[in-house]
Amino acid sequence: MRENIIKVWKSVLVFLIIFLIWEVSVRVFEIPEWFLPGPVQIFREAVLSFPVYADHIVPTVILSLIGLAIGTFIGVMTAIFLHRIPKLKEIVYPLLIVSQNIPTIVLAPLLVIWFGFGMLPKLIVITLVCFFPITISLLNGFLQTDQELKHYMLMAGASSRQIFWKLEWPSALPSLFSGLKIAATYSVLGAVISEWLGAKRGIGVFMTLSSSAFQTDRVFISIFIIVFVSLLLFFVIQLLEHLVIHWQHIEDGKPNE
Amino acid sequence: MSKLEVRQIHLSFGNIHVLNGISFTVHDGEFVSLLGPSGSGKSTLFSIIGGIRRPDRGSIWLNGKNITGKTGLISYTPQTPSLMPWRTIIDNVLLGQEIQGYRDEKAALAMIDRAGLKGYENSYPHELSGGMKQRVAFIRSLLSPQSIICLDEPFSALDELTRMDMQNWLLSIWSEHQKSVLFVTHNIEEALFLSDRILVLSEKPARITAEFHVPFPRPRKEMLYLTDEFIHIKREIYHVLRGQLVKHS
Repeated sequence: MRENIIKVWKSVLVFLIIFLIWEVSVRVFEIPEWFLPGPVQIFREAVLSFPVYADHIVPTVILSLIGLAIGTFIGVMTAIFLHRIPKLKEIVYPLLIVSQNIPTIVLAPLLVIWFGFGMLPKLIVITLVCFFPITISLLNGFLQTDQELKHYMLMAGASSRQIFWKLEWPSALPSLFSGLKIAATYSVLGAVISEWLGAKRGIGVFMTLSSSAFQTDRVFISIFIIVFVSLLLFFVIQLLEHLVIHWQHIEDGKPNE
Repeated sequence: MSKLEVRQIHLSFGNIHVLNGISFTVHDGEFVSLLGPSGSGKSTLFSIIGGIRRPDRGSIWLNGKNITGKTGLISYTPQTPSLMPWRTIIDNVLLGQEIQGYRDEKAALAMIDRAGLKGYENSYPHELSGGMKQRVAFIRSLLSPQSIICLDEPFSALDELTRMDMQNWLLSIWSEHQKSVLFVTHNIEEALFLSDRILVLSEKPARITAEFHVPFPRPRKEMLYLTDEFIHIKREIYHVLRGQLVKHS
């Protein structure tokens, strides 16, 4: 715990120093505000224009959460299907890997053409970027099942359904959560980018509006909000992981009692 | 009444002949040890008895029924305790029953108590020592409904003192339950101390080269290790094991 506090403090200190250098440079070199505003200016704007961007935060958060939920559901289902039907996995798994070398985000304009500017194309984009890390990490998790335990289960006469739910699924949970953490960050990214392409409200909209008006301080505000939302999601998932996988962090030698 | 019968089991992996006509019987309530050098196919034989691997030839019979290739009919304790890290001790102990479709928590609690693990019911496996984990694995087998237990070198990972404690404990708890036990080991003393009968396996291709009836009365105490008779039989078995090793090399 003490070590953690010291670690956090070191990181905070680094940030403070960076902000200080930033602020001083902006003032000393008289950099124009539209080009690079100083942290103080950004902070002042963040306080003053709060009513302007407050309305934009919630839609993005909701979009990310719904997209993440759908992506997770589809990702988990895909992984289970592929795992339970090895023949299907043989065919689909390579395709899955190849498909992910295409940056899925580039599909967004196409989806707008097909599905308009509503929720649907945005959710499709987020789902596409989210499900992959979840499917892959869950499939890897299934492969990490302890073979001795599986041997025991087979000898004891367990059915394949029992082996799956009593052994493989719990074994794969830690992997699922590492996939979830990546997917959470992707979901915010997906939400913002799909908002760039067209939406009424959202951080992505606030960002494009500010950028085209050269309100650079507001662009920075959007960036900070996006970072904050991503981190928040990350920590929520980490907390969930802690609650669900209560046996593991104790095993790592860090008793939580 | 004869319980488990292993009849003329042959198995090869490609060109490697692993099991060469293994036959033996484990009677009702009997404690039989399979003693053999490492790599003599003991674990393979277990997976055949357990029904997860089919022999090339031969069959397994339980109470007069052919059970070759059928799983779930023997209770099995693997080399490592193989407990599920996400299950508490009580839930781990009940796993064997759960697979068969029921849970008898009362019996489980009584057995945990009997094993000296009272207070650990709701602990997780990583909180227990190696010997304790092995005890949990053994309770899991005892609580499973099958009447024959197969133990695959369960004490090989333990230190000498813990091993002796575990052997004493195993004998005392076994004498109360009188399930048939098939015990695999490469330790002569362990086999002698525990068993009614010892079957000596040869190196690959494995077959049974000798059978020893262990004459010591039960209950057995640790002092048995130091008696002349014990050492005498130990020497005899040692020569059989050694003899076959020399022949092969």
